[in-house]
Amino acid sequence: MQTHILSIVLFTPLVGALLLLFVPSEKKDAVRWIANIFALAGFLVSLPLVPWFWAQRFEPGFKFMEGSTNNWIPSIGAGYVLGIDGISFLLIMLTTLLGWISILSSWTAIENRVKEYYIWFLVLQTGMLGVFMALDFFLFFVFWEAMLVPMYLLIGIWGGPRKLYAAIKFFLYTLFGSVLMLLGILFLYFHHQTVTGVYTFSVTALYETAPKIAFHYAIWLFLAFFLGFAIKVPMFPFHTWLPDAHVEAPTAGSVILAGVLLKMGTYGFVRFSLPFFPSVVMDSRVRWWMIFLSVVGIIYGALVSLMQKDMKKLVAYSSVSHLGFCTLGIFALNPLGLSGSVLQQINHGISTGALFLIVGVLYERRHTREISEYGGISNVMPAYATIAMIMFLSSMGLPLLNGFVGEFTILQGTFMERDLGGHSGLFWTAFAVSGVILAAAYLLWLYQRVFFGNVTNPKNEKLHDLTPRELVTFVPLVILAFWIGLYPKPFFEILEQPVNHLVKTVRPDYPLSGRTVNAAAQPKSLTPTPEVPVAAVEAMPEATKRNR
Amino acid sequence: MFFLDHIWIIPLLPAFGAAMMFFFGRKMQKATVNVVCVGVIVLAFLMSVGTVWQYADYAHDVPGKPFETILYTWLGSDTGNLNYVTQSGAPAEFKAEVGFLLDPLSSIWLLFVTGVGMLIHIYSTGYMAHEGGYYRFFGYLNLFMFSMLVLILGNNYAQLFVGWEGVGLCSYLLIGFYFHRKSATDAANKAFIVNRIGDAGFLLGMFTIAWCFGSFRFTDINHLARNGHFALGDPVITLAAFLLFVGATGKSAQIPLYIWLPDAMEGPTPVSALIHAATMVTAGVYMVARSNAIFVLAPTAMKTVAIIGALTAIFAASIALVQNDIKRVLAYSTVSQLGYMFLALGIGAFAAGVFHVFTHAFFKALLFLGAGSVIHAMSGEQDMRNMGDLRRRIPVTYWTMIIATLAIAGIPPFAGFFSKDEILWQTWTSEGGAYRLLWIIGYVTALMTAFYMFRLMFLAFHGRPRMSHEVEHHIHESPRSMTVPLVILAICAIFAGWLGWPRSLKGSDHFAKFLEPVFAREAVVLQAEGKTGQLAAGVKEEEHTSNTEYLLMFLSVAAAVIGGGMAWKAYYQADKGYAEPIATTVPPLQNLLYNKYFVDEGYDYVFTGRRKVGDVRLGVLGLGDASAWNDVHIIDGTVNGAGWITRFSGTLSKWWDTWIIDELLVNGPATLARMLSYPARLLQWGLVQWYALVMVAGLIGFVAYYAWR
Repeated sequence: MQTHILSIVLFTPLVGALLLLFVPSEKKDAVRWIANIFALAGFLVSLPLVPWFWAQRFEPGFKFMEGSTNNWIPSIGAGYVLGIDGISFLLIMLTTLLGWISILSSWTAIENRVKEYYIWFLVLQTGMLGVFMALDFFLFFVFWEAMLVPMYLLIGIWGGPRKLYAAIKFFLYTLFGSVLMLLGILFLYFHHQTVTGVYTFSVTALYETAPKIAFHYAIWLFLAFFLGFAIKVPMFPFHTWLPDAHVEAPTAGSVILAGVLLKMGTYGFVRFSLPFFPSVVMDSRVRWWMIFLSVVGIIYGALVSLMQKDMKKLVAYSSVSHLGFCTLGIFALNPLGLSGSVLQQINHGISTGALFLIVGVLYERRHTREISEYGGISNVMPAYATIAMIMFLSSMGLPLLNGFVGEFTILQGTFMERDLGGHSGLFWTAFAVSGVILAAAYLLWLYQRVFFGNVTNPKNEKLHDLTPRELVTFVPLVILAFWIGLYPKPFFEILEQPVNHLVKTVRPDYPLSGRTVNAAAQPKSLTPTPEVPVAAVEAMPEATKRNR
Repeated sequence: MFFLDHIWIIPLLPAFGAAMMFFFGRKMQKATVNVVCVGVIVLAFLMSVGTVWQYADYAHDVPGKPFETILYTWLGSDTGNLNYVTQSGAPAEFKAEVGFLLDPLSSIWLLFVTGVGMLIHIYSTGYMAHEGGYYRFFGYLNLFMFSMLVLILGNNYAQLFVGWEGVGLCSYLLIGFYFHRKSATDAANKAFIVNRIGDAGFLLGMFTIAWCFGSFRFTDINHLARNGHFALGDPVITLAAFLLFVGATGKSAQIPLYIWLPDAMEGPTPVSALIHAATMVTAGVYMVARSNAIFVLAPTAMKTVAIIGALTAIFAASIALVQNDIKRVLAYSTVSQLGYMFLALGIGAFAAGVFHVFTHAFFKALLFLGAGSVIHAMSGEQDMRNMGDLRRRIPVTYWTMIIATLAIAGIPPFAGFFSKDEILWQTWTSEGGAYRLLWIIGYVTALMTAFYMFRLMFLAFHGRPRMSHEVEHHIHESPRSMTVPLVILAICAIFAGWLGWPRSLKGSDHFAKFLEPVFAREAVVLQAEGKTGQLAAGVKEEEHTSNTEYLLMFLSVAAAVIGGGMAWKAYYQADKGYAEPIATTVPPLQNLLYNKYFVDEGYDYVFTGRRKVGDVRLGVLGLGDASAWNDVHIIDGTVNGAGWITRFSGTLSKWWDTWIIDELLVNGPATLARMLSYPARLLQWGLVQWYALVMVAGLIGFVAYYAWR
């Protein structure tokens, strides 16, 4: 079972999609039931991963490895190789959960071409899972591209008024990035052949040869990969496809787009850019630019968010800001920054996913996302308002909810770097924390305008509160938000090994372990007062001495 | 040691109450809500008393021995392998625990937070009896108590920060409790966002501390800071102290971040008493006092704290002189008193600052609750211009508020006298008198305090009745649930100060002695550095008991009496249209003070951008506008431009293909050939009739030619 678990998780949604092909499209409810069952099954089959992974969380290397190099298309050296570490494990769990939630949330939202909708959604699900599992570059690229098509169709067919513009923009923008990445992959592939004489797309094999590429080549390769990933994240200034795609996409599409698709970019940085090009990412100029773009993204995204009149656009821009934190943590390149970054990716999936669902609930009732159309919603939908408040707070990083843990870890990781491209960590962190302040500003302002006050718009007077189905979509997210906020230790334990391994690869001189400062100074938890140097005791005034 | 070992139950009790309200509150009777929410606070108070009692036993042999217990690891993996690099270059583990620390400092906070909190909960059952959202109110109050207890019992900075943000959230929720009112939700947002600015500073300060000390735990940090690892005035430590103080200015409403507190009065009055007077706003004082080991190493930061404190004190007091809203006067008074506390901390008199927090909690909570009782009696009226002559109609409120006024004005033997006098005396003597300018500021503030407090009392309770008949008819004393807490607080406002009866007046100053071990270690550091100036309060007192102290004591009592007398003269017989003395003597000053020095407006112009300077919007909203414009036009313009160029070049090449390649170059020669071949083609048409016609025409032509020639 353990040897094939990844394949099972990967293909469960696809099996559902294939099965749906044989269901007549008039039977909408049958289609819905089958799609939901397979989405839930996709989540359930991924659950055994949790105890199995937990048991080996501190062990080095990829787990649940499957397939072998060359077994797929031997002539070019492409293989069906799957395997995960702590980073991809968390992202996979997030994907299966969010996939189920978004399919459940579409029950009443989608009325036309129901069958096609669910088929494409399930295909998308397999594509995303494949990206996180693939350890073969060819396989990775297939999934990476395969994911684009369903998303393009989801936006283009079931989207809002400007759906075609948004869908084409999304498609072309990301395709542009992936083409450059493909060039990068091919360079690595042929370079590997020149060095070792073997043609292979195996990622683990390329880990050996790629870091040795000379800097003046590596920088261009890094940039090619960077464009591919930065567009996906999206980093400032490659972000403008995101608000359009989000605004036009159906609710479930937005949830998956924000929750999982954006993480492809950050995952790519972590999985490929860092270990492939250590000399480049540690280069002072490159680091300056990466950190600079991240910090600008944090502040800029928040500022633009502040001025939006459309709820969904506001949440979309807040994603730019939050993802800025993620890339900041990645390029701080120390254990704290990286683990905080991955954790923040999970948190963003939970919080922003929930925020899109929240917007979707209102949109389904009123078919408008203009903030000015609302006001006083908490009078008519109290349960909804409560859940919205919790998720808003989680998104703005309130302690004891998930967002805080990620942001705190990232910021501390950044702060502890003495030299981040010529500036101190303190310098960058001082700018980055303003994102935390602005997050409170735009989210609370939004909340005030939508939920507080009296109901001024007569159309809002008859809105009904959350249905049980809608409530079910929120409950797991709220529970996760509290779990990560109250007890994030398991997450840090899962991330510890891959993150430390990564830091060791990229900067071998980083002191990962050793006698820690605080261990030296650790007083036994109940010891009264620390010992005082003899000289100081002698110099103490009489009164104080007597007290001792 | 049951209570001490189970100290973590104390914050969990109100958390339980809040959770009950969250899940079941909607369907609960008011009586059930009272039992649950007030019940858990009473239990928490009783447990706190038991805990501190047992702590006294625990620390009997070694005074001030901190009790620490750890529940679980919150942040970090606790394996020792998730590390960061500290200033020294050595790795330190990333770790923050959920742990509890009890020492004299947190004991004091624990007792008055749960004690005053309990009284205010009881009071609220009366005050809020007729309000909607009853369960919601009590749920928020319980959540607040939870956060506050987490804040004061945490054993590390990260946990302190959890409570710190938590109380900020509850403050937000409670200020915006009347969420139908735009002004209330505006004030709530302002409070949260301004606090967040402070919190950002606090976060950075925390990271700086972690960078220096490799830990968030107070015991670790104190250990390192007090053992001479760091030199006096170490720049990094100074930076940390400054950043922490930024956090304190937010939470404790000091210049420049005090602006949220007066607006916070939009919340229900018990909230103003509990959160915005007695407990939450003193969190900044607690944090600075808790970090005393760090601040002592940073003299520059200490000076800044003292100066900001003194300036805030006089600044806010001057605004309070002319306000007409009874709660606003008290709000500015709170800001001003918090300034005193920071003044004390800044000059190194930590114990005196904490003492003032302690006494202030009682008399200021009492003043707010009394004001609430007045507002309750006046059917919601808060403007003192429409009050007057209430003393016989609501006597319990009147007499308890008189006690509180005497206490805040600093009349002996009421509580405020002892704490305020201690602060002023310490200011006079510290650093050999370098802070005497600050003493003058503090002294003038004391004068102002007495004036505005007696002004409030005379306007509300004396003079002629100025309310409408309708309102006058309804005036009634508040129910027992409200007056009993008033009386208990009044008793505390009289006697709480006696705990710190100074030695110069033949007392034993138990309070400072109890706190001494928390701050005493600073003596060691300073001694080791060869600097004796900034010694701890306890030590200093034995050195000077001179006539100066008695003289200063007399002067501050005189200030209180003079201030009160001036208010008596101006307002004792106030009738409708009474004259404000400042308005009659210096009208522009009245205008300036009444409009709070126009600081809010200035901030709106410069920082938030809610007001435009001419046509230009500055501040955050201005930046937001610019960024949004840039996003649509520049960045997306570039993207769309690239798309447009692609499409345009597509159109262009289509045109090129159609007209140049196809028409001109391919079809062109064809047409040309066709045109050139046309005449030749005429000869070879292949139509016989045509040939015949041409022959006939030719024949006619020839005939005609020869005929005519």
